[in-house]
This record gives sequence, structure tokens and C-alpha cells, in this order.
Amino acid sequence: MSNPRTFQIQEISAHPGPVPGQGTQRAEEVCKYIDVTTCIGCKACEVACVEWNDHPFRETTFDDTYQTMPSTEWNYWNLIKFAEDERDGNLMWLMRKDQCMHCEDPGCLRACPADGAIIKYENGIVDFQQENCIGCGYCISGCPFDIPKFNEKTKKVYKCTLCSDRVGQGLEPACIKACPTGCLHFGTKSDMVQIASSRAKQLREQSGFANAGVYDPASIKGTHVIYVLHDIKSPERYGLPANPVIPPSYTYWKWLAKPTGLALAMLGLGAVFFHRVFYGSKEPEPEDTPVIETTPQDEIDAARKEQP
Amino acid sequence: MSTSAEQFDRDARGEFARLGKTRVHRGELLRHPVYTRFLHWSVAISFILSLISGFAISPWLFRFLTPVFGGGARTRALHPWFGVAFEVFFLFQFINWFAPMAWTAADRRWMRRIKAYAANEEKLEAEDVGFFNGGQKLYFWTIAVSGLLFLITGLLIWFDNAVARWIVAVSYVVHDLAALLMLGGLIIHIYEGTAHQPGTFRSMIDGTVTEKWAWTHHPAWYRAVTGRDPRDAYERERRIVKQSASEQSRVGSESAQRARAVADDRVLQNRER
Repeated sequence: MSNPRTFQIQEISAHPGPVPGQGTQRAEEVCKYIDVTTCIGCKACEVACVEWNDHPFRETTFDDTYQTMPSTEWNYWNLIKFAEDERDGNLMWLMRKDQCMHCEDPGCLRACPADGAIIKYENGIVDFQQENCIGCGYCISGCPFDIPKFNEKTKKVYKCTLCSDRVGQGLEPACIKACPTGCLHFGTKSDMVQIASSRAKQLREQSGFANAGVYDPASIKGTHVIYVLHDIKSPERYGLPANPVIPPSYTYWKWLAKPTGLALAMLGLGAVFFHRVFYGSKEPEPEDTPVIETTPQDEIDAARKEQP
Repeated sequence: MSTSAEQFDRDARGEFARLGKTRVHRGELLRHPVYTRFLHWSVAISFILSLISGFAISPWLFRFLTPVFGGGARTRALHPWFGVAFEVFFLFQFINWFAPMAWTAADRRWMRRIKAYAANEEKLEAEDVGFFNGGQKLYFWTIAVSGLLFLITGLLIWFDNAVARWIVAVSYVVHDLAALLMLGGLIIHIYEGTAHQPGTFRSMIDGTVTEKWAWTHHPAWYRAVTGRDPRDAYERERRIVKQSASEQSRVGSESAQRARAVADDRVLQNRER
């Protein structure tokens, strides 16, 4: 692959908006930008994800919504969430494409105890390496977005890879390619933040969404999947946490308190060793050979001087 | 403890006494019957396996241990089962030792002397120290509490898809805390049972200890099983040892003999103080 841009799309017939992934620099941080305001809930991205990742079409779960199933699954990484909201007394459908957010500070990676099971690339993609996964499931409780899913059969955890296999070949993720409305974009983080910001501004100024804004939570140092939301003040309405945090168990405890405790325990090992050296043993009394001298050296010297 | 558990414990002791045997020689006392020894080592082995496999799937430091259990995934798969074995064996040990581990006034007094105990200042334990001293009981109850924490948090982590994610995150910390508590206790326990107090380890192998060991470390227990006074027994033995030592020293140099006599007196004075 001498030229990483070989397979980048240059033109698309009858396609509205900018060409996805145009001008992407591979050395930079990548980002997926999702404009929920132009999503029509067609689920083409869901199908593209299943197809590209060669997942079997699985049973759907109907729960009185338009969602394919209640949450993402180990072999269903891309799911449009249909939240029923209200605007001016009318029903407003909040359709949000849910998948791994590829956090800059990934809770899954922080929680993972297995060598090499979770990798974060320079470009920001967080990828699971199932051959190194030990199936403990800590990543599941470490994720603020409820994304990693356990497969009972293989005892491994799976999630969206941001199509790292495609991105590595200079292609955009499969979901981006499938989107018919152009609400999905892929490029460098700075580019996507810029496009998203201008779209949010447009929504605020021209479409009457005074609170429109970009979702790129700072509490986890930003994400490599960003959203433009109608109302950035209450991301909970879209099923997104306003302030996603990694549980302190996998930050302060795991990386500070626990190693300290272990170090103290190791000190305890040294302590008992030197206790034996300093204080000796407790023999059953009386000892067969009586104790002659337990006094310090200077007293022994004094006793020696007394003797001729 | 309910009477049915006591009945079970009695039956188990009887059954194990039939299966194995404990030979008590002259000058020795039976310390731990076969059943207790079996439980002790079952608990010990299952706990060490749990500890090492748990370390192996803990962050970085002990990851080199994973090949011992056949790789990370297998270590993860085995660890809860080692834990289950530990819990089951310890449950029986708990029933077996529940009565003698009851906390008494003597143990409160022992805890106040713990500094002197740790510094080896007392050659003989206080006369009210029974079958177990305060430290041993403290360790037993530490295991009981840690064992309960291990069980609860372990199950929550094991069946993590049945509970909320924050519960798993909290359990992770509590599980670690219990492990650190147990590790600290284990280090002291092994040290006390081997290097620090010679003559103790055999009580968990052969099941017996010498009478000397008994009146030194557990005087009240010595009194209870022999009916003799532990201090009198000690003084009698001391006179015999002293006599034989002075017989030996007669062949030694005059100065060595004098030094020995001075030292013996000093030791005696220390005791009386």
C-alpha cells in the first residue's frame, strides 16, 4: 500500500453533501461524526456493519419500539436507538446510532487485566484482540456507554472496531459508506469537530434548536465518535451520559491503591524475614542449651575486661 | 452453632479418626486430630491456588504466572472454582473451629500484650492463653470475614451479566481488599507456624506437639489437657536442663562456667521480674 489514499472515494454519483472520508490523513486521529438531526433511522448502517464484519443475521427483539433490539450485542455492534421525545407538544423521534465511542481515555482498557486484549491505536481506535481476551468481563463494567458484550460460547468480549481493518487500508468504516442521508461522516478528529461545530451553529441559528451542540465529552478526554445533538444540555434523552466516567475501581484503585497494597504486603514478607533475623525464634521453654548471652556488644566487651 | 452442625462435626471427626491416625509419643500432646489437619491443608491448598491464580489475572505484576494454569483465559476460568473449593473447605473448618475460636477476656488481654509478643519479650505466654491465642483467633475471624466478602463479591463478578455494572466495579475493589487482608494474615501465619515458633509446624503434620511447646505457648490449654500446672512443669524442666548443663560445663573452662552461671541467673531474674 504505497499510497494510503488509493481507495479513498473521490466522487459519488447523485450524493448530497461532502464525500465521506475525503482528504483523510492516516497519521492523524480519526473520528466518526454522527449528525443525529439528519438521521432517518433507515438502519442501513446496522446492515452494513453486520455484513462487513461477517456476522450472522440474528433474531431481533421487539419491545414496542422501532429498535432492532434493546441494546448492542456481541455480534451486533451498530444499533440505532429510537428514543421517543416531545417537542412543542408533538412526538419527536430521537434517532441515535449507538456503537463504541472509541474514548480517548477508554474505561475498557483501564479495566482490562489481560495482556494485549485491548489496544488503543495512535489514530484513536480502541480495538479488542479476542485471542488475548481472558473473558473476565471487567471491560463491560468499565465502559461508561455499555458497549462491550460477552459471548457465552467463546467466553470473549466483542465490540465495534471502528472498522480498523478498513481504516488501516485507507477506507472509511462500513457504516459511513452505507449512510444514504450523509449524516455519518468520517475523517480526522479536528476536521470532524469543525464540521460538527458548524452544523450545530447552523441548527442553533437557522433551525430553532437553541441548545444544539457537539457531544464530545471532556470527562473521558473526548471520544473518537462525536455527535451533533438537538439539545446538548440533556444528552440523557438520547441515552447518552452527560458526564461519562470510568468507575474509580479501574482508575484510582487499580492503578494506585491496589499496587500500593501489594507493595505493602511484599514489605510484610520482608518484615517477617527480618523479624526472624532481629528477634530470633520462640523456642519451647526451657531450651535444651541455656541462654548464655543476649546482651548488646558493649556489655559483652565490659564483661570481657573484668576477666583476666 | 446449631446442634446438627455440631453433630456433623463430631461424626466427621470420628470418621476421619478411623481413616487416619495420630501417634502421640511420651512427652507429647495431641494438638490437631486428623479431620482438622485434613481441613487445614484443604483450605490452605485451595486458598493458595486461588491466590496465585487471582494474582495471575490481576494487573501486570504477576501476569507471568498465567502459564502455570494454562494461559490467561484458563486461569480466569479456574480461579472461581478454586475459590469455591476454598469456601467449601473453610465452611467445614469454620464449623470445626467455631467453639474454640470464641473471643474471650483472655484474648482481649492478649491483644494488649501484642507488642511484647511481637518483640519476643515474653519467653512464656501468659497463663490464661488457651488452645488458641488472641492472634490466632484474630486470623481465624479475618478469614471468616474475608471468606464471606470473597464469596459475595466473587459471585457478583462471576455472574456479572446479572447485576448492574457499578456493582461489579465495587465488588472488584472489595474482592481485592479481602485478598490483601488475607495475604497479610497469611504471611504472618506461615511465619509464626514455621520459622518463628519451632515445634509448631508438626502439629499440622503429625498432629502432636511436645509438652514443652504446650506449656510455653498455650499454658491454659496445657493445664486443661494434663491437669498439671504449666509454670510448675516449666520450673521442673528448667532445673533438669540447668543441672545437665552444669554437668557439661564441668568439663569446660572455668570462665565459661562462670559466664554460664551469670547468664542463667540473669535469665532467672528476668523471668521473676
